[in-house]
Amino acid sequence: MISLSSPVKTRAHDWPAWVKLGALCIATLLLFRVQSHAVAAASLLATGGLYALPGLRFLRIGIARMAFMWPFVAVIAVWHLATGTIADGAVILMRLLTAVALANLVTMTTKLTDMVGVIRWLASPLRAVGLQTKALELAIALVIRFIPVLIEKGQGLTMAWRARSFRRANWRLVLPFTLLALDDAEHVAEALRARGGATPNTET
Amino acid sequence: MERNIAMIALFTALIAALGLLPKLTLASGIPITAQSMGIMLCGTILGARRGALAVALFVVLVAAGLPLLAGGRGGLGVFQSPWAGFYWGFPVAAFVAGLVVERWRGARMFWVATLAAIIGGIGALYAIAVPYYMIAKPAGLGEALLVVMAPFMPGDLIKAVLTGFITSAIYQARPSALLSRS
Repeated sequence: MISLSSPVKTRAHDWPAWVKLGALCIATLLLFRVQSHAVAAASLLATGGLYALPGLRFLRIGIARMAFMWPFVAVIAVWHLATGTIADGAVILMRLLTAVALANLVTMTTKLTDMVGVIRWLASPLRAVGLQTKALELAIALVIRFIPVLIEKGQGLTMAWRARSFRRANWRLVLPFTLLALDDAEHVAEALRARGGATPNTET
Repeated sequence: MERNIAMIALFTALIAALGLLPKLTLASGIPITAQSMGIMLCGTILGARRGALAVALFVVLVAAGLPLLAGGRGGLGVFQSPWAGFYWGFPVAAFVAGLVVERWRGARMFWVATLAAIIGGIGALYAIAVPYYMIAKPAGLGEALLVVMAPFMPGDLIKAVLTGFITSAIYQARPSALLSRS
């Protein structure tokens, strides 16, 4: 499973994930207090500069990762054009693009294993009240393993449909697809039990 | 315990797979992404607690940087948009939908699951997504209803009905698999 972290190595890849996440939280909070056009434009430009630092290839990947924002930007722009509040809209859009770009930057420079480490740390208060967080880590591993399996099975179902029908695959496929997932879950549960259970040290 | 973990993990993977498969079409030829239907199905099939946990795990993995949202999106950036209230609302939507199926017995499963999907997947979801937009952008109620609710509502209603069909079909084919009723 490919994560969204960047293939271009940067110095920020070696920084601890919690530092980057903490900085992102503070930056986002500060950003949403910004009301002036000059400050909003400067922070957007500065963020663009951060993307340019590791080189052209990183910048290109970063811009491509922002593409999903265009429909949202368009909707907000149209609203503010229609209501005649263009000045407000400009600040809101610059703040929004800066916040999204900064967050993407953290995702691009943090490996999945580091993020899972942060999740484990965030879940530690649950351990203190007696909950099993090992189950969470096992579940994450199972999900990552089974996404490609299910996609393959879904593609198999789609091909079987195409072989039998002139029409395109429709929502009816979701039923056998869900049944496949339910069957797989039963098999996985059995396999886990056969190997000593999910949490071998406790009675369940 | 193992069955719960396996069910939660496999349904998390199912939500992801539904978003990554090519778009499905309705009989009329309208393309739909089946991902938000996966959220509703988690609730109606797994029940409130397990359904909410499966969806929460999905949201956590998206935040951790896996490109699991429809169209291969993911990472922390998607949580910064004023529409991110949907992602916070997804686990609640599954929980409420599951709660309705668990508690409401005595009617035909199609109606129970369809209404559960409407109450959870639409009612509870927008009850979070709309105020979230108003605070995060910031915006007034009218704007929020127009740009958050109006574009997705027709598709969500169709998906709620399909969730009803699929859940009742699974209930007939394999009653024991419907954990929300076990």
